Amino acid sequence: MKATKARDAVVAGAQGLALTLLALIGSVTVFVLAVVSIALITVGVGVFTTPHALALVRAHTGRRRLLAARWSGVRIPANHRPFPRDLRSGITGQVERCALMLKDPATWRDMRWLLADMTGGAIVAILPPAMILDGIFGFVLLAGVWQPIVEADGTYWYSFVPVDSRGTAGQAALLGVAWLILAFHVNPYLVRTHFRLAGTLLTPNREEELEQRIGRLTETRHDALDSSAAELRRIERDLHDGAQARLVAMGMNLGTVEALIETDPAKAKELISKARESSAEALTELRDLVRGIHPPVLAERGLGDAVKALALRLPVAAEVGVDLAGRAEAPVESAAYFAVSESLTNAVKHSGADRVWVDIAHTDGSLRIAVTDNGKGGAAVGAGSGLRGIERRLGTFDGVLAVSSPAGGPTMVTMEIPCVLF
Amino acid sequence: MRVVLAEDLFLLRDGLVRLLEAFGFEILAAVETGPELTKALAELEPDVAVVDVRLPPSHTDEGLQCALAARRARPGLPVLVLSQHVEQLYARELLADGNGGVGYLLKDRVFDAEQFVDAVRRVAAGGTAMDPQVISQLLSRRSKDTPMAGLTPRELEVMELVAQGRSNAAIATQLVVTERAVAKHTSNIFGKLDLPVSDDDNRRVLAVLAYLDHGRTAGD
Repeated sequence: MKATKARDAVVAGAQGLALTLLALIGSVTVFVLAVVSIALITVGVGVFTTPHALALVRAHTGRRRLLAARWSGVRIPANHRPFPRDLRSGITGQVERCALMLKDPATWRDMRWLLADMTGGAIVAILPPAMILDGIFGFVLLAGVWQPIVEADGTYWYSFVPVDSRGTAGQAALLGVAWLILAFHVNPYLVRTHFRLAGTLLTPNREEELEQRIGRLTETRHDALDSSAAELRRIERDLHDGAQARLVAMGMNLGTVEALIETDPAKAKELISKARESSAEALTELRDLVRGIHPPVLAERGLGDAVKALALRLPVAAEVGVDLAGRAEAPVESAAYFAVSESLTNAVKHSGADRVWVDIAHTDGSLRIAVTDNGKGGAAVGAGSGLRGIERRLGTFDGVLAVSSPAGGPTMVTMEIPCVLF
Repeated sequence: MRVVLAEDLFLLRDGLVRLLEAFGFEILAAVETGPELTKALAELEPDVAVVDVRLPPSHTDEGLQCALAARRARPGLPVLVLSQHVEQLYARELLADGNGGVGYLLKDRVFDAEQFVDAVRRVAAGGTAMDPQVISQLLSRRSKDTPMAGLTPRELEVMELVAQGRSNAAIATQLVVTERAVAKHTSNIFGKLDLPVSDDDNRRVLAVLAYLDHGRTAGD
């Protein structure tokens, strides 16, 4: 227990040292670069250098976000505005990119934080290593180092203890012990405080947050409308070309039967059997269509059993774990079902996996689903993949998608949709 | 033979009543909701129940649930479930108690009246009647490390028909072979699937169960 605490204090000391260096060297450098670059916009050159300088700033803040999560469990969300997909290339594109970056409030939050980081942030970060080193130095003084120092310039002030004799050197060592004890207790907190400070400055305020949320809602509403319109078109086309056409053919056949039944019973019988085939095919098509709109098992049993039924139809072995205490609202269930369905289809089609695992649970007010396969990996969101479609589907419900798919596999697709169960 | 029928769509219910009556069945009750079905099954003691999966008032799988509950109360109660769609999940649940006397068919199967009536009779007699669609789904996802993989193509063909619930005689007619040949195939299949020697009908149900389980997935 004590040993781990001591180790934590030492680790925090090392982390503090690293953070101090990052703040004093990294932050200062990128801040100066960014400011100079922005200043150069007036003479034109800045337009081309600023995006790069700001990208450097973003990389720097991004690193700090990562360290915050990894070292202290402090989550600082990144919230830069994404670039529009139709950004032009060449010089106009560069100018646009520069303007977009400068208009993004996140850029100015980054800059504000850089200033704070190289001052307050650095001071907080240097305390943990300073306390440890100073504590150790107390003992070094006691070990005899005080003598040459005192001989050289009279009195050496160790913190607030004037060291000029063996006695005062002892006091210095005692103070060193105090420093070490203090470091022992507060070092991890100091590191966390450093990150909290960064979090406060980097997180958007309420107004900006609302503005972002409105932007996101507008986007997801557009996505939802687009995809439901496309879905309706697909259904209309399927009905028109499929079931409807077959029913027309059936009606025609039956009409011919009516005319032939007395003159050519054999031919009439043949047509009747054709009509029956058509009706069976129309039913099959309608059934497939219904499955594509809202799978019957989903309506009857809910998400868990619908995914189990889905797994039973897969050509690869699938294990499904379900931990749900109720049912989510129908649109959420449906989105989750089709997201799982698409992930499974991807896994079967592209990953070369021979096993898949699906885990569905509801925790902390969110529906969490993980689809894992033992395939060759290499899947990515965006690269024209179905994953982007899943993301949009989930986005409508404020859901998120994360894909981990290193080359060589395995691929793990995780989804989270905030919702309540009934 | 005395039948209880549950179907919420009037046209289909009416059609089923006519069809079954035309083939000499006695309709004890033709109901349209889950609670009515439960009551009829408990009170009328039919020889076989023909049940739609989706019934009011919940419009979910209420018919299936009522039928399963009735079979728990009266083990072996013959139940033929009809549905607009067929799912292995539901087929497993029906077969799970291994008692036989169950069937699960697509509603369109009533188009072929004789086959449909044959299925009702098989179920009433304690056999099984599984929709070819369920069986073909299973066939299409045969994997290498299951006992099923040891079956020859001909045995698989026979297995498919056994799984649907056909008798040896019916299988022989369909495949145009002698009944003796079919019997030989089935005993080979039971051997390969490692099914214990017991009365033949029950083994057929077990074979279907083994068939349904060979994927061994969708863990509960």
